[in-house]
Amino acid sequence: MKTRIAIRWAAALAVLIALPAVLSSYQLGLLTKMLIFGIFAMSLDLLLGYAGLPSLGHAAYFGVAAYTVGLLALRVANNFWLDFPAGLAVATGVSALFGLFALRARGSYFLMITLALGQVLWGIAFGWRSLTGGDDGLPSVPRPRLPLPWPLTDGGPFYYFVLAFFVISILALSVIVRSPFGRALVGIRESERRMEVLGYDVWRYKYVAFVLAGLFAGVAGNLFVYFNGFVSPSYLNIVFSAAALLMVILGGAGTLVGPALGAAVIVFLENVISAYMERWVLVLGVIYVLVTLFAPSGLVGLVRQRLGSHPA
Amino acid sequence: MMALQIEQLSHSFGGLLALSDVNLAVAPGERLAIIGPNGAGKTTLFNIVTGIFRPSAGRIRLLGQDVTRLPPHRRAQLGLARTFQITTLFPRLTVLDSVLLAVQGLDPVRFTLHRPREAYGHLRERAESLLAEWGLADRCHAVTGRLSYGEQRQVELILALAGAPKVLLLDEPTAGLSPAETASVAEMIRRFSRDTTILLIEHDMDVALELVDRITVLFQGRVLAEGSKDKIRSDPEVAAIYLGTDDA
Repeated sequence: MKTRIAIRWAAALAVLIALPAVLSSYQLGLLTKMLIFGIFAMSLDLLLGYAGLPSLGHAAYFGVAAYTVGLLALRVANNFWLDFPAGLAVATGVSALFGLFALRARGSYFLMITLALGQVLWGIAFGWRSLTGGDDGLPSVPRPRLPLPWPLTDGGPFYYFVLAFFVISILALSVIVRSPFGRALVGIRESERRMEVLGYDVWRYKYVAFVLAGLFAGVAGNLFVYFNGFVSPSYLNIVFSAAALLMVILGGAGTLVGPALGAAVIVFLENVISAYMERWVLVLGVIYVLVTLFAPSGLVGLVRQRLGSHPA
Repeated sequence: MMALQIEQLSHSFGGLLALSDVNLAVAPGERLAIIGPNGAGKTTLFNIVTGIFRPSAGRIRLLGQDVTRLPPHRRAQLGLARTFQITTLFPRLTVLDSVLLAVQGLDPVRFTLHRPREAYGHLRERAESLLAEWGLADRCHAVTGRLSYGEQRQVELILALAGAPKVLLLDEPTAGLSPAETASVAEMIRRFSRDTTILLIEHDMDVALELVDRITVLFQGRVLAEGSKDKIRSDPEVAAIYLGTDDA
């Protein structure tokens, strides 16, 4: 069983490593974006799928990391060893602060508070033109220069750069969700009261999960601003947060791999559909309805149903 | 030192006085039943003892330590466990996973996040030995929500026992069970270690009388009577409440 899983993972990784050889540079860019959004969706899955915390403001940590890296690279120094950790530190710091407020609430109130807190950041990015460029965002963010034989300005090397972070993130998160801490999060999702009387400091678990989710969202935000060379307030707002929730639900909450798949599907659809129409948000809504009706446990749930194995 | 000591405890919900000046002391190893009609405040008392509610007034000592202001998880760490009247199990987890959570709750590794749980073999050994001891080993991979009601009650008891509690509160462990299931749950409780102090809320007088050493009767938030089983059985006031001959 274990070796079969290991083989499956190795095969998936081999495909991801080999893909640049057969993809056009445009397709490779799309795949890079899928991996970045995959990290973002997995970070939200830690909250939604494992801890049972439906955050509708998860774009905040993605966006604030992207803005931090963008601003530092443009205005201070394009130094990876300074900018990247700074982006993570700010994302983690903001989630540590927001978590204090958000975790006072439960259920749909938690959803509303995370939404409101996220919109505060969006408002700042939108309104503080002299710092953030307002609606125009931050253009021309350079990619980092690393002492590698291949420049990251090229699509291929940059893809592998992102892939490395993707692999690290998925490994780290899959250890976390299997750890005693991660199993306790699932217990909290199922019955908070029960966990309390079993000796768990429920608040502390939820808080650490919230901050960790912010950190990994920050990884995605950092990579995204390097990838895109541009960040605007739309990467902080509710539509982006909702899209992230949809990636998680579409793929299958509480499965890690599912949300990464969900992210790939959403990125792909957005790309295809945006070519034909402007109403992308409408399409997102339709997808949400379809998933809720026909695949409530997501794509991974559908596959597992077919294979007849029960959920973890 | 008492295992559990409740002093002048009062609690009100808004204007409704749920508990009023309740005093109760339970010696280590003792088994005490708390009986009384619906609304007498029995479950409220349990909720206060476990820290789910903070009392309006009064004090609670657990094994000599004042725990009145401690949150539930800290009390659990001190050796307090409980079951719930309404089953609040982990319905989507397997029986083994549920018991593992209970075992892990009082283990130093409960907050570890850099290694998978499988790395800590002692957790699984303990969970499996608990399931074997209480006769649920063959159900360990079943999803808890799909078990029969009686089996869910057994899981409920095993979760409470997992941390080898010093004080165990059982809130109507046989409520809603068939006579056969009631008998098997009662049998299980009888087998609990005598080192564990037990407080039992029970509607079924026969079950209560059979399992405990002493009885406290709560009525309208007050302690109405207290004493040995014989004393309670012959108490006219208690009989009046249970037979409904009073006009209160």
